[in-house]
Amino acid sequence: MSGVFPPGLPRLESAGLDGWMVRLFDAIDEANMPWLTALVRDCEKAFGDQLVDLVPSYTTLLVTFDPLRLSPGEARKRLIERLQWLQPDEEPADAPVKELPVWYDPAVGPELSRLAELAGMSLEEVVAGHSERTYRVFALGFAPGFAFMGSVDARLEAPRLATPRRRVPAGSVAVTGQQTAAYPAVTPGGWNLIGRTPAVLFDRDREGFSLFQVGDRVRFVPIDRAEFERRGGDTRPMEEER
Amino acid sequence: MTEASVGLRVTRAGPLALLQDAGRFGVRRLGVTQGGPVDLHGWAWANHLVGNAWGAPALEVTFGGLELTAERGLVLAVAGADLSATLDGQPLPGWRALFVERGQQLAFGSPVNGLRAYLAVAGGFAAAPVLGSVACVAREGLGGHDGQGHRLAEGDGLRVTPRRAAVGRTAPRDDAEIDYRRPAELALLPGAQIAEFSGESLFQAFNASWRVDDRADRMGVRLTGPTLQCRMTSMISEGISLGAVQVPPDGQPIALLNDRQTIGGYPRLGALTPLACSRLAQCLPGQEVRLNAAATESALEAYRRFRGGFA
Repeated sequence: MSGVFPPGLPRLESAGLDGWMVRLFDAIDEANMPWLTALVRDCEKAFGDQLVDLVPSYTTLLVTFDPLRLSPGEARKRLIERLQWLQPDEEPADAPVKELPVWYDPAVGPELSRLAELAGMSLEEVVAGHSERTYRVFALGFAPGFAFMGSVDARLEAPRLATPRRRVPAGSVAVTGQQTAAYPAVTPGGWNLIGRTPAVLFDRDREGFSLFQVGDRVRFVPIDRAEFERRGGDTRPMEEER
Repeated sequence: MTEASVGLRVTRAGPLALLQDAGRFGVRRLGVTQGGPVDLHGWAWANHLVGNAWGAPALEVTFGGLELTAERGLVLAVAGADLSATLDGQPLPGWRALFVERGQQLAFGSPVNGLRAYLAVAGGFAAAPVLGSVACVAREGLGGHDGQGHRLAEGDGLRVTPRRAAVGRTAPRDDAEIDYRRPAELALLPGAQIAEFSGESLFQAFNASWRVDDRADRMGVRLTGPTLQCRMTSMISEGISLGAVQVPPDGQPIALLNDRQTIGGYPRLGALTPLACSRLAQCLPGQEVRLNAAATESALEAYRRFRGGFA
């Protein structure tokens, strides 16, 4: 595995009494993900029911274990052993891609025109630029089922809103910088909204709960208003905020 | 097993009362926070005093104000903060299992010592687990007495699965007589980006006295004091452990507690031990705290000793 990782990595850093931070990489890259997903599975096997939680994110994996049954030293040994034999998940060219239907429209995506202006593109070109590539899920966080995906077409990069919205409607599809995401529930948020999905991104009654997992490949598929409504989407436009 | 029925009725909600079991685990990779009692120590004792096994749901009462009427006889205990609780107007002794008759009224006043009291009933409060836990997280709309992450509201009925239990059981003085008003000494396990802080900032971090800011809740507690400087201002987001002490660009540290976000991108000094988190959770804004660098071995021993009492 030498040569794959930046100098000095992988590295284990103390993350408290019950955790280790495994640092594998130092920059965001899709090529990190097969290593992270492989390490997630390795840790599940290595720790069994002594495992409490795993949080993969962009370049790292936070491993939380039960400190009553495993000391940090013992956990460290186990991780070092696994890292020595770590092999990335295979990535076949035809790996499954999850499709997320999106109604791209200024009524539900008030920053669609801002992006078009910043990029000097038409609305249609912005939609094409966002929907014509496959993204990777780098991390879940901020809210249950909120998937940080990348990387967005450089022409569509836009800074966060100067003032975050207090209420972003559930299903809103958004971009900021090189990242894109869909809001699973109503939350505050400062990303640029460009459309809305009728899909349920987080469901407490569904197997696995979250539509997306770290490492997933995702494609946004444009749908029209009729199709959005047929799939149960909420067509109410954005509320005015002041 | 007896069937669950309403044991306590909320007659006045107070600012914040939440049902909490040990927390929600195994789903943090989905962005779901941990939840659970911010003062694990007080919560564990309340349950233990009424004979409940580790993990039974108990009420976390922040700042007081909650009033309850017993709709059946039950054994209960209050531990953690002294929020001037009364039973039918008479002072209710904390850290002790006692029998409450149907119709009696339990009321929490305002903080005398500490910020959060824990109320456990023998047999435990009954609620349907959500994602494996009844831990109440309002932000996520998960858990709690109604499964929707709601704080207690007037009129709510709290279901209990009553079990006979001994009354009179008390906690040892070392636990029951903590003076939460004294400056808190918080054990911190150095780690993460500690090497990226300037030498002077590290000296200040562990020698200055810090004050608990108004911005303190179940997500995190901001501390105010000298401005800490770190060579890194932000990082690629990564998982955050319980008690992690992050330092945003304003140089004022924030200790992250049970309802923290699962990932974050500010440099960190390390993580408070679980017992230090418990202690911090009892501090009111303005209170003085100190950060003490601790060794893993002694922290592990202290935590295992604590947990060993609640087998």
